[in-house]
Amino acid sequence: MRTELAALSWNPVSDFEQLTTFPFMVQALEAGTIVAVMAGAIGWFMVLRRQAFAGHTLSVIAFPGAAGATLAGLPLALGYFGACGLGALALSLVSRSGRSGLSSESAAIGTVQAFALGLGFLFVSLYGGQLAGLEALLFGTFLGITAGQVQTLLWVALAALAALAVLGRPLLFSSVDGAVARAAGVPTRLVALAFLLLLAMAVAATAEITGALLVFALLVTPAATAQRLTARPGPGLALSVVLALAVTWVGLGIAYFSPYPVGFWVTTLSFGLYVAVRAGTHLLAGPRTQVVGVPA
Amino acid sequence: MLAHEFMRNAFLAGTFVALGCGLIGYFVVLRSQVFAGDALSHVAFTGALAAAAAGIDVRVGLFAATLLVAGGMGALGERARSDDVVIGSVFAWVLGLGALFLSIFVSGSSGSDGTAAVRVLFGSILGLSIADARLAALVAIVASLALLAIARPLLFSSIDPEVARGLGLPVRALGIGFFLILALVAAEATQAVGALLLLGLLAAPGGAARLLTDRPWRGLALSGGIAVASMWIGLALSYRIPSLPPGTAVIGVATSAFVLAALLARLRRRGAVPMPGSGTADEPIFAEAS
Repeated sequence: MRTELAALSWNPVSDFEQLTTFPFMVQALEAGTIVAVMAGAIGWFMVLRRQAFAGHTLSVIAFPGAAGATLAGLPLALGYFGACGLGALALSLVSRSGRSGLSSESAAIGTVQAFALGLGFLFVSLYGGQLAGLEALLFGTFLGITAGQVQTLLWVALAALAALAVLGRPLLFSSVDGAVARAAGVPTRLVALAFLLLLAMAVAATAEITGALLVFALLVTPAATAQRLTARPGPGLALSVVLALAVTWVGLGIAYFSPYPVGFWVTTLSFGLYVAVRAGTHLLAGPRTQVVGVPA
Repeated sequence: MLAHEFMRNAFLAGTFVALGCGLIGYFVVLRSQVFAGDALSHVAFTGALAAAAAGIDVRVGLFAATLLVAGGMGALGERARSDDVVIGSVFAWVLGLGALFLSIFVSGSSGSDGTAAVRVLFGSILGLSIADARLAALVAIVASLALLAIARPLLFSSIDPEVARGLGLPVRALGIGFFLILALVAAEATQAVGALLLLGLLAAPGGAARLLTDRPWRGLALSGGIAVASMWIGLALSYRIPSLPPGTAVIGVATSAFVLAALLARLRRRGAVPMPGSGTADEPIFAEAS
């Protein structure tokens, strides 16, 4: 941890130079950029599908994965991906009945999450109470990223975006109107499972770097803001990615010049933006809220 | 087992916290607000950290933050009822605030690297003093009684808010009141038994009860019963197996109950043809509010 804070000179050019002097900062910016693009795009679908609870649960499941891998002496990445993949399977199992059983679904997701946390706690206590990594896992070690991690992250992100591009149309269709999509022959259950796996992969890839918490913030808030502003899929997706990028960059920049953590700044910026946009659209559109749906 | 004082304290606090969580959890599940309950337990976590960072009594921060946020969530009304995106956005910010307070707290008091945070997250039901246990039990009893006092109108307004409003029930006020009761239990349970146990005891028994019966009162009793039974069996298990943390054991039992209930509900649906109008266990009792 830096004991002395960098001074802000209010000269954008020299400030930017100062930001990029240290390799750890460059790598943090690179990783943040990759995470923001991936989270912005996948998060848009997550918000459209109203799966924020599932997304949060997946990000929590990263914790028992890491703890279990540490206990078994396996590489951490294996734990993250394994646990998140299993979590996605479990979630798709419990959320099988799309419309009916809405309340049962929320109970089932909560149960999955609590059980995963319980397992994580068991692993940690079996390991001998070494909880030092827990805080890093939850809140991220953004400023300790290696170049190798950035490269892995880039490949995962490219794969995820490619998968999203393939999945995009049926996913959009079945998210907006599941019944019609099913009638039109879209395998909605398979699409839902594929999306959950994609979400799990994104969470697992970023958990080690940004922390489970930050990735959730980047998944949900920029996308929610974008969907407040436009209901059209193309511009909405682009806006979501741009907002995620903006809050990540600005958050990293402010965090560099302040004593407070990156996670705080990124979540605060994105939440502030969300509230501002909500208030703005509310004032402009009157009391009626806009419903996200297919473009007219 | 009960010869040890820490076990007696754990049973005292655990029984009543479980009862409170089970009763409230039934409504939480009925109203599809598990995510909100989860968020509130993290609000409690953040509030506790904020109080610790500011150097004031942790309980003050805990209750103040949780009740405040719960009031806000309730005031958003039924529109926020199933809107998990709103909760998710607030949630993400609360987690970010938690990161802030944790960093202030850790840098302020050297050497205590986040163990307080871990304690709040996972609790330590076996480390309660008799005073802590009594307080936890008392808060849980008060919350349970408050819930039972408004149970009838709350049930009505949860199942069919439109009709309830038409009959002159204060649906909105009931929603806020319910949130405040939930916050009370969340705050107390989080610091006594940990956020982990809270979430598990809110979601799993209520979910199991909803799967097993469509009758509201029976479901409410069943949910409370499953929660208390999970707590007792879990505590006994973790006493027998020392390497098994009590939180994990209780959650494990509650999760098993939920899985069993789901299997049972599925079997029942396969086996018997549902009577028209009676509804299968999986069917929502209330018409989905759009």
